[in-house]
Formats: sequence, structure tokens, C-alpha cells
Amino acid sequence: MYTNTKSCKALIALLAGIAMSILPALGNAQGYSGPYKFGVPATSADIAALNIDVMPDGRGLPKGSGNYETGKTVYTAKCLACHGPDLGGIGATGGAALIGGRGSLTSGKPKKTVESYWPYASTVFDFVKRAMPFNAPGSLSDDEVYAVTAYILGEANIFDRKATLDATSLPKIKMPNADGFIADARPDVFNYE
Amino acid sequence: MSSKKAKKLSNQDYDEATRNQIEGMIKAEAKAIASRKGAVEAEECECKDGMFPSGPVRSDVTSRRQFLAATATGATALMVGSAAQAAAPPGAMDYPVQEDPTKVQGRLTNDDGGYGSRSQFETEVRWRFPTATKESSWTMTPLDAGEGIVTPSGLHFERHHGGIPNINPATHSLTVHGMVDGARKYSMEDLKRFPSVSRFHFIECSGNGLTEWREPTLKTVQGTHGLTSTTEWTGVPLSTILREVGVQDGAAWILAEGSDAAVMTRSVPIDKAWDDAMLVYAQNGEALRPEQGYPLRLLLPGFEGNTHIKWLRRLEISDKPFMTREETSKYTDLLSSGKARQFSFTMEAKSVITFPSGEMKLPRAGFYEISGLAWSGRGVIKRVEVSVDGGNSWQLAELQSPVMPVCHTRFRFPWHWDGKPAILQSRCQDETGYVQPTIKQLVDARGLGGGKYGSIYHLNGIQSWAVAADGGVSNVHKY
Ligand code: HEC
Repeated sequence: MYTNTKSCKALIALLAGIAMSILPALGNAQGYSGPYKFGVPATSADIAALNIDVMPDGRGLPKGSGNYETGKTVYTAKCLACHGPDLGGIGATGGAALIGGRGSLTSGKPKKTVESYWPYASTVFDFVKRAMPFNAPGSLSDDEVYAVTAYILGEANIFDRKATLDATSLPKIKMPNADGFIADARPDVFNYE
Repeated sequence: MSSKKAKKLSNQDYDEATRNQIEGMIKAEAKAIASRKGAVEAEECECKDGMFPSGPVRSDVTSRRQFLAATATGATALMVGSAAQAAAPPGAMDYPVQEDPTKVQGRLTNDDGGYGSRSQFETEVRWRFPTATKESSWTMTPLDAGEGIVTPSGLHFERHHGGIPNINPATHSLTVHGMVDGARKYSMEDLKRFPSVSRFHFIECSGNGLTEWREPTLKTVQGTHGLTSTTEWTGVPLSTILREVGVQDGAAWILAEGSDAAVMTRSVPIDKAWDDAMLVYAQNGEALRPEQGYPLRLLLPGFEGNTHIKWLRRLEISDKPFMTREETSKYTDLLSSGKARQFSFTMEAKSVITFPSGEMKLPRAGFYEISGLAWSGRGVIKRVEVSVDGGNSWQLAELQSPVMPVCHTRFRFPWHWDGKPAILQSRCQDETGYVQPTIKQLVDARGLGGGKYGSIYHLNGIQSWAVAADGGVSNVHKY
């Protein structure tokens, strides 16, 4: 059992910068006098029913597959109305532009899209599976999510329009802005007294 | 140094999405101000209340009061219910107003069904940013009308991405799994059996003030600062649950997931979970409001609001962050270098004068108590200073107790206004020694997100309110 947070602190400091280390310990310092053993063991069925997240290294990706062509069908039927025929977004629906803007991040008028800004392809799969289509979240099959992800990434010229997207190929995709993120460097203004 | 008034946005200064967002907020605020003005004129009041542009449309206020006074005899019981509610401001019931309340009996005890409401004369409300959808949208807390440090539950700001789910607590559960010795599932009843704590903490959206990076844009403090609220939260320390399930070596992050239509997710460093994170089920002495995550919310004191996952259904312990949409596409801070800061969790020290503030009007020269709020995600507010001359000189404000860590702190400062134009500012210092910077210092440090516009999130610069010779108060930039 893991109760010492020291090694973890080092990791976080690496990932999130020095800002973390000056967080004061408000502390849940009061004693823990458990174990209380409330609740019940979560069965693998319990977990499987909820465990839909997908990580950059592909952990969590389900079985199934799709490609640009099948994705185009899904997109036209279930996404186009809000994200537009050219994936450029339709402001009045709240549906964002999904492609474009590559190279715009230093332009003074950055356009943040899946193509220009998102660091991982896994995030597209994860987000579409959990939250899209906006009017029927969670309604797509895993094959449909793979397909529409392949279509978006194909339109963005990130993923080969002839290739199959599945649990093996998705984690290998390198997004254009994969190296665009850095640790939080705050405090970044020093008026300390 | 710059001192400029609010003006229309110019096209080349913002990317389209940001400009639409900001222009939408300008419109929403203007609508709210217009309806408040209607109410203030009807009151014809030069008292302190008259200085506050608070509340929604009440054009009916005078005529209805006369009507109510005329029909106030014995009709009390009949007024209760939906008819009474329809005419009243949100959160209030319309009751008859007695001409002389000492000459007739008042309304009947407990006839409100056992749950009280605010006075029908109190009208302040949250207003909503007009996003394309009402499901993914946000509302602002009316800080200008707020007193003390606690935000009434019904006025706590909101940010939803898939509407407000209506959850039966009897069927809700929290599943904790991943890098643990034994995954567990907790009903609400199970969770409430654990030893609990109550703590006062603010939650602030890191988008608070996003309109104000470049120039003064919104007019009221509700618009410029209304995405922060303070609540007494009650719940179970997350560390208790981590001990119960047994966290394995190498675990470093926790995915928190909500049970709403967005199935909202954020990755949280496990260090925060061991430190002061809570699983909260109560707010200001009663169950959480549905808009605040009923029946269960993750509370991460001092972290940006988006991480305080509402309607919490699952915690997954892992070695790596999950890189969800909300921590990549959103809630990252694009700098002028083209690189974006990620996992910028901490809400840094910030303060704002809430009285007097934008769109109020001081009726005449003389004494006023300047008052406002200060808070820091890094702990306790140590000091607040106020300037009445645009930052040339600073004086200590009085901090009103209780002063609690990661909590709104009320400050007060006596001021004799000489009737000449003045610029009011506040700046705070927290227990780490950090002093609230000017907006210019932040822009110098971060750039305006690629050249022309702000990185949107985490604006904690000093706010300036200009008081004109006629007593009118407006939002300006002065540094
Ligand atoms: C009814 C309108 C609607 C439909 C249909 C719809 N979306 Fe969306 N989409 C939205 C809205 C609104 C948002 C913003 C949600 C928020 O505010 O959190 C969004 C956001 C997104 C985003 C995140 C954009 C970003 O930059 O963060 C992606 C990706 C996305 N949608 C993909 C899809 C896909 C794929 C489909 C079809 C399977 C789809 N959407 C169908 C309205 C829609």
C-alpha cells in the first residue's frame, strides 16, 4: 500500500513545474482510523460499464476499427449538422472547427483545432466516444468512433485516408502539435515581499 | 502607463472564437444592466441600495406594490403557490405587502411549506453567457450585491458542458479503481458514513476575467470577476478513500469523471488527493445544489474550477495523466512562443473591489466604505492594500475575520471621497509572499497568447474602477 507521497511529489514537480511545491499543506492531517471497509468491491463488470477512457499510449482502446470512408458516412449523418460540411464548424450550433489552423499558433490569430492544437489522437477518440454527438452523447458504436476519428484525422492530413484505424494504429499517430505543451511555470510574476 | 475606457473590439485583435465569446458576454451584460436600470429608476432611491444596479426587470414593481397593498387583507394563504411564485423574482415568493405591518397580522408560520425563500424585493441573479447552446454555458455570480464571504448556493457561478443532470442519490455510486489493491464501489450512503469535514473554500473558473486581458471590456464586477464563489463544503477527505482502496506504488494521477452528458473528465495529480482534496456532498449546510454536482462533487481547494468534477461517478488511479479534452484543447495557456502551459491548476492570489464597482453611482462626495474580496489558491490572504489614486499610493485595508485558507476574504477600507475623479484599486498578498500583479506584468510575462490576444485563462491582475466627478463608476485599465 502506498501512503508516502514523496516519490510522487518528485514526479509531479517534473510534470507540472515548481509551482506545485509551494502549495501549502492545508492537510487532511486528521488521523485516519480505518479501515472502515464501507462500500462493496467493484466487480470487473462494474468497472467495464464505466471505464471508457483512452490514454495517449492506447490503454483503454476497445476492439473494433474504422477508416476514412466509413468515417465520412458517420460524419455526414451524425456530425456535419453542427461541425459543417468542411469540418470548419458552425458557430450557431456551438460545433467547433475540427481542422485547419496548422502553423497559426504563433501568428497572433491562433486557430486552435484538433489539427493545429490537440497533442494526442487518443483525445479525439476519448472525447467523441464520451460526449459526441452533442445531441446524443454515448450513442456511437466503437467502430463508428474509430471511423469518424479516422475521417477527422484524414481530413486534417494527419492519418492516411486508406489506412485502418484501430487499437494498434491509433497510438502511433503523431499529432502536429504533440510537442506544443510545457509545464506550468507559475508564479511567473515576482513581486514577492 | 495606460488609462483607457471600454470600447468596441477591433477585428484584428482577436481570433474569431475569442471575439465571438467576448462579444457575447458584452451583450449579455448589457441586457442585465438594462433590466437593472429599470428597477433602480422605479425605486427612485439615493440610498446605498440605489447605488447598486442589482436584479432583473422589475418594471412592474411600483404598480404591483400598490396593488398588493390594496389587497393585503387576509389573502396571504391564497398567495402561496405557483401564482405567487410566477410574479416574484427567482428564489422569492410574491407576498402581500402591508401598508403598516404593525397593524395587521403577518403571513402564517410555515405556510411556505417549510422551506423559506428570499424577500421579493431582492432581485440579484446570475446571468448567463449567451453561448450557442444552453447546455454548454456559464453564469456569473453577482459579486456587486454580495455581502460577507459566502456565496448563497443559488447564486454560485456555474459552468456546464452538457446541461445539468438530475440524479437520484439512491441510485448514484462512486467507483474507485485502477492502480489500487482493491477496487471499490460506494453508494452515497456508504460515503456519508466516513468521517467528514466541513471547510470554506472558493472555487474560481480559470476563465474568470477572460474578457479583460487586452482592454476593459465588461462593465460590472459580476462580468469581470463573477466566476468565483465561496461555499462551506462538507464531505469526506479523498485521502480516506485512497487509504481504503490501497494505492499502489507508481500511481501519480487520478482521473475524475462526472455523470453528466459531457461525462466530464480531468486528470488530477495524486499528491493533491493525498493533501486536501474532498468528496463533497453538502454545500452551505444542505445537500449540494444540482448545478453544483448533486449528489457528489470532487473539491480540489485552490485548483481551477473545471477540475472540481461534478456529479462524480468514477475515480481511476493511474501512473500517467489521461490527456482529456479539457486538459488539452481547453484549459491550457497558449503563450506568444506558440507553446502552451498545461496542468496550470493553481488559482493565484487575486482581489477586487466590489463596492463601489462598475455601473454604480455615488450620489455625492463624502464617506464611503470601500469593500471587496481577496483570495488565493495557495493559502491564506495576508494583506490587502487599496489605492484611491490609480496605484500611486497604497494603504492597508482591514481584513474581516474569519480569514481562511483558499477562501474569499472580505476587506474593508474607509474612504472620504472629495468629489474629484479617482481610480480605485486593490492588491493582495498571500501567505507565500506572492503579491497580486498588474495586468501588464502578466501580459509581459506570458505575451498575449501569440501576439494580439490573451491566453484567456488565469488572469489575476489588479482591477481598476474609475470614479468620475459625477460619481459614475466604470471599468478602466490603469497601470
Ligand atoms: C448538435 C450539435 C453537434 C453534433 C451533432 C456534434 N457536435 Fe461535436 N460539438 C458540439 C458542441 C456544442 C461542442 C462543444 C462542447 C462543449 O462546449 O464542451 C462540440 C465539440 C466537439 C469536439 C471538440 C472540439 C474542441 O476543439 O474542443 C469534437 C472533436 C467534436 N465535437 C466532434 C464531433 C463528432 C465527431 C461528431 C459526430 C459524431 C459531433 N461532434 C457531433 C456540437 C455538436
